[in-house]
Amino acid sequence: MSVHETALPAAPSPGLPIDEKVAIRNLSFFYGDAKVLKDISVPLYRGKVTAFIGPSGCGKSTLLRVLNRIYALYPNQRAEGEVLLDGEDILDPSLDVNLLRARIGMVFQKPTPFPMSIYDNVAFGIRLYERLPAAELEDRVAAALTRAALWDEVKDKLRMSGIGLSGGQQQRLCIARTIAVSPEVILFDEPCSALDPISTARIEELIDELKADYTIAIVTHNMQQAARTSDYTAFMYLGDLVEFGETSRIFTHPHERRTEDYITGRFG
Amino acid sequence: MTEHDHIVSAFSHEIEELRTKILRMGGLTEQLLADAVAALDSRDAERAAAVIVADRRVDALQSEIDEEAIRTLARRQPMAIDLREIIAVIRIGSDLERIGDLAKNIAKRVAAIGAERHSARFGRGLGHLAGLVLAQLKDVLDAYARRDAAAAVTVRNRDGEIDALYNSLFRELLTYMMEDPRTITMSTHLLFCAKNIERIGDHATNIAETVHYVVSGEPLREPRPKDDSHNFARVPYPADPAP
Repeated sequence: MSVHETALPAAPSPGLPIDEKVAIRNLSFFYGDAKVLKDISVPLYRGKVTAFIGPSGCGKSTLLRVLNRIYALYPNQRAEGEVLLDGEDILDPSLDVNLLRARIGMVFQKPTPFPMSIYDNVAFGIRLYERLPAAELEDRVAAALTRAALWDEVKDKLRMSGIGLSGGQQQRLCIARTIAVSPEVILFDEPCSALDPISTARIEELIDELKADYTIAIVTHNMQQAARTSDYTAFMYLGDLVEFGETSRIFTHPHERRTEDYITGRFG
Repeated sequence: MTEHDHIVSAFSHEIEELRTKILRMGGLTEQLLADAVAALDSRDAERAAAVIVADRRVDALQSEIDEEAIRTLARRQPMAIDLREIIAVIRIGSDLERIGDLAKNIAKRVAAIGAERHSARFGRGLGHLAGLVLAQLKDVLDAYARRDAAAAVTVRNRDGEIDALYNSLFRELLTYMMEDPRTITMSTHLLFCAKNIERIGDHATNIAETVHYVVSGEPLREPRPKDDSHNFARVPYPADPAP
């Protein structure tokens, strides 16, 4: 079965349309001469969580980097194909990448709080895009921290440095910073790999809540995490998209041998 | 199923161990059924008593398998084929345990019936039923051992034959009881024995469906074949969905 046949599973419940918030079409990516993504086509469905799994070097993090064009910061990296965000190609060189990154936010593996206060960490992104009266800005910061399930823990120390928080709190702070600019898509690149199980559970719970309002992609090495958090799973290997489908099927009955070998811990 | 071994070899070993125990349990239950039917046929109370004792080993194996399967689920968090293997072990273990109980129940009735003779023709019918069910049990365990989904489907589709034979035995026993009410006690015991054997056939069918699921990842969706044409023993129910 070709990847393209498995790439578009039926809507989970008939009658409820699922649409492609992001449509990745025939995407290839090059680091210099090395082709690290090979003709990938995969959707990110609106209001769903899509997990990207695969061994190191399979291209899953690269794929996320293409989605908000972080790669454009580096020389000798280029993408071919299309990445349509609501039908608009985000690879278009004339696109304003700053505006794009406000629409597609990213949370990284290691928490990346800025060396400033908790409040300013969240306000920073908002100030980049909008000039708001102080009161309104405060409301936005509080709302983002609340949405990121951090408000109760930090509301009395908003002026303290973000660096002083625990790892899990720092990660939620970064999520709050991402949410504060009201993105449409959130990309999580290994968001829990540096966190303890309790903090991990909090982030997973948060992802589950956030998908009501956002379209989410998550790259993870933790198969159980992919199984727990996502609605759809894409398995990648050596730059190929091997299989894409509903998470419940991928983890009980994958169609492709390579997927099966990987998720059952048989990869040679 | 998949020719690659787990990177963690102890995991492969645990699954193989569980499968081996299921097959051992299967062998034991086959023996229990054969012995119970032979004891019934020859009115051999001693052999019947041995069946009752031997069933304890089946029960013990089932709890062992359950515990190990649960431990493996907790420690390895199996996925895909591994998850299906572990679920299958738990399900098949419980089917085999029930088969052991049903065989034991036949053995218990040997003592209750005592030396009273029944018609040789009826004995042949019961023997034939038991033979069919034993073959089903053997074939489905082979299908499990070989991970052969097609063979499992064959077993499942043969269950209708057993139902038909059971129905004809049911009718025959009713006839005896109507002709001579003194045979009612014995006939009722024999009817239960026949029903037990028929139920064992149903458990073999369950196992066949589980084997199909393990191998293919898909449950068998078509309804089970039923012999409804002259199903005398089947109790009609108004809300019975059309097959």
